[in-house]
Amino acid sequence: MFPELNSILNATPDGFKSSDFILVSDRRADASFLIHHHLSFYLRAGCKVCFLGLVQSFSHYSAVGQRLGVSLAQAREKGQLVFLEGLKNSIGVVLQEDTSQETQPLSYLRTPGAGLEGLFRFVDRCVRQRGDGDAGESWGPPVLLIDDLSVLLSLGVSVGAILDFTLYCQATVCSELQGNMVILVRCEEDADDDEEGSNLLQRGLVHQCNLALHVEGLPTGYCRDIHGQMSVWWRQGGETIYNQRKIFHFKLHDKGASFFARGTSSAVL
Amino acid sequence: MAAPMRGMAGSSNTGNTTSFQKKTHSKLVSIPGTRPSVQNGQLLVSSGVSSLDYVIGGGLAVGTLLLVEEDRFDSYSRMLLKYFLAEGVVCGHELFLASARDHPDEIMQELPSPIVDDVAGIKMSEGQSQPSDPENPDTMKIAWRYQNQPRVQTALVSSMRFGHYYDVSKTMEPELQQAAKCHRFYQLQETPVTKGSSPLPSPYQALLKSIQTVIRKEGFDGSTPQSKVRNVLRLGLHSLGSVLWGDDVCCNDNPAHCHALSTFLYALRGLLRSSLSVAIVTVPSHLIQNRAVMGRIIRLSDTAIALESFRGSEKETNPLYKDYHGLLHVHQLPRLNCLSCEVPDTKDLAFKLKRKQFTIERLHLPPDLSETVSRVSKTELAAGCGSTATGNKHLDF
Repeated sequence: MFPELNSILNATPDGFKSSDFILVSDRRADASFLIHHHLSFYLRAGCKVCFLGLVQSFSHYSAVGQRLGVSLAQAREKGQLVFLEGLKNSIGVVLQEDTSQETQPLSYLRTPGAGLEGLFRFVDRCVRQRGDGDAGESWGPPVLLIDDLSVLLSLGVSVGAILDFTLYCQATVCSELQGNMVILVRCEEDADDDEEGSNLLQRGLVHQCNLALHVEGLPTGYCRDIHGQMSVWWRQGGETIYNQRKIFHFKLHDKGASFFARGTSSAVL
Repeated sequence: MAAPMRGMAGSSNTGNTTSFQKKTHSKLVSIPGTRPSVQNGQLLVSSGVSSLDYVIGGGLAVGTLLLVEEDRFDSYSRMLLKYFLAEGVVCGHELFLASARDHPDEIMQELPSPIVDDVAGIKMSEGQSQPSDPENPDTMKIAWRYQNQPRVQTALVSSMRFGHYYDVSKTMEPELQQAAKCHRFYQLQETPVTKGSSPLPSPYQALLKSIQTVIRKEGFDGSTPQSKVRNVLRLGLHSLGSVLWGDDVCCNDNPAHCHALSTFLYALRGLLRSSLSVAIVTVPSHLIQNRAVMGRIIRLSDTAIALESFRGSEKETNPLYKDYHGLLHVHQLPRLNCLSCEVPDTKDLAFKLKRKQFTIERLHLPPDLSETVSRVSKTELAAGCGSTATGNKHLDF
């Protein structure tokens, strides 16, 4: 959890907006630090988190989570966190050895043209299952975190199928259960894209979301002290429909990230 | 410096990307040829080229994938692959080599021979390139504002002795080569597996299956009991994506199997993460027309570098590049188990293949004080006012 980002977004673990769809995207940069932020944020807030980790293993997130002050292994044991290990279980599905019920969510690896129904059923089952831990502990509103939806494009799933999946998830998680959704999408570098590309996916998702965080490199070139710029776009929220955009520069440290207005980096001042 | 122990109560290990468990109190399982990273405690192996180790953050982390985009004639990327395998032979790691064009035995016979008696010579050159020590005998008198700046090192070497040096003009002795256990996969000799509904075309499917079999059989994923000494498996996959692998991503703008290579890399990374292995994959990216495919492939690997050689291009005669053989671009560095990655100093790197070393240096412009600069302007002035004044040509009022 990055305190500066919390103040930028006006959110704290005790009070944050519900039914929120946050889209994190990047272009030629790596926005996964925002996923780590949201993961630790919602775990601290006591929500039930369903995390689809499609590109990294669980130990990676838990190592970073420890530096940010949350213990993912404990959260998983208690039932607060449900983690789908996409990367490690993929080999069994691709080589067609593992056809058990457990790998149903990864059925898109077997038949990429068929869509993401198996994955949606997994998410649906997970977010509806609340409050059945020991001692009757019930968690807060459900949160769906997806690390890297655009890797599904590399595996052959069509843009239409992915957009259908996110619509279903938004209808279930945000509208019905008043929970939040955070999705990471990584875009290509060129603006002149192919029709079935991640740019198309990103544009479709930006249209659906409430808050879009876009990370890219500095337009003036590579700098050692400033790792990139992040633009925050508040699209619509509840009654007020406002369209506000702000740009910040950031620098990543070992245990967090610092955000500052453009031109106020400590290397410059 | 030993990696910090993270004592978690369960059996899950948060320090490494593999599932192998470190014992906290008793003997630390150490594998020859590896060392923990100073940044985040990852287990690193050397890639065979010490300057490349420095550029990618100390070495290749076990469980990750290094993507090398080949240069036009596949000379330097093949050289990097051979360095990687030779380092594996010298450290005693197991090897897995897959190629579709040349037989793996041919590549194995071409491995450079290690320089074992040159330790004194290498240490001398390393000593000279050390960063400035605290008590500098020659304090600066004129440029004293630069006193505290670190000394500029153009040659990128790390100060710790990790990795070996190789003599490219000699090939490795056969005894040393036979001593290493090498699994080979030659695509043209494999019988095609005709399974209908697989998402991957047959050569990639067979390769993945073969890698998984080797990992399981030799126990790199921790499935066999701990009686055997732990070792690292080095995988070298040559020229993936070329037509010989049955993939048409290099020849068509809209290939029929456009997701074959990316699915293969995704599944391979999943395999690597759950075992003690490191992979180097070379891809002929200059043949891939669709830039989006290359972007996807880079994002699916952990570390990605590209080699651009000057041979055959107009840069060969450019005086700026006369000392080097090509440029090295680092496209991606991994963030493993931590938020920030090793941010490089500079992105302008050039490489040079010498007989005993493959050096990667920072490319910098020489000062513009060459003789030719002033000479050119003299002749221009002379030509401009040559008809009028015959005396002092340089004074033109």
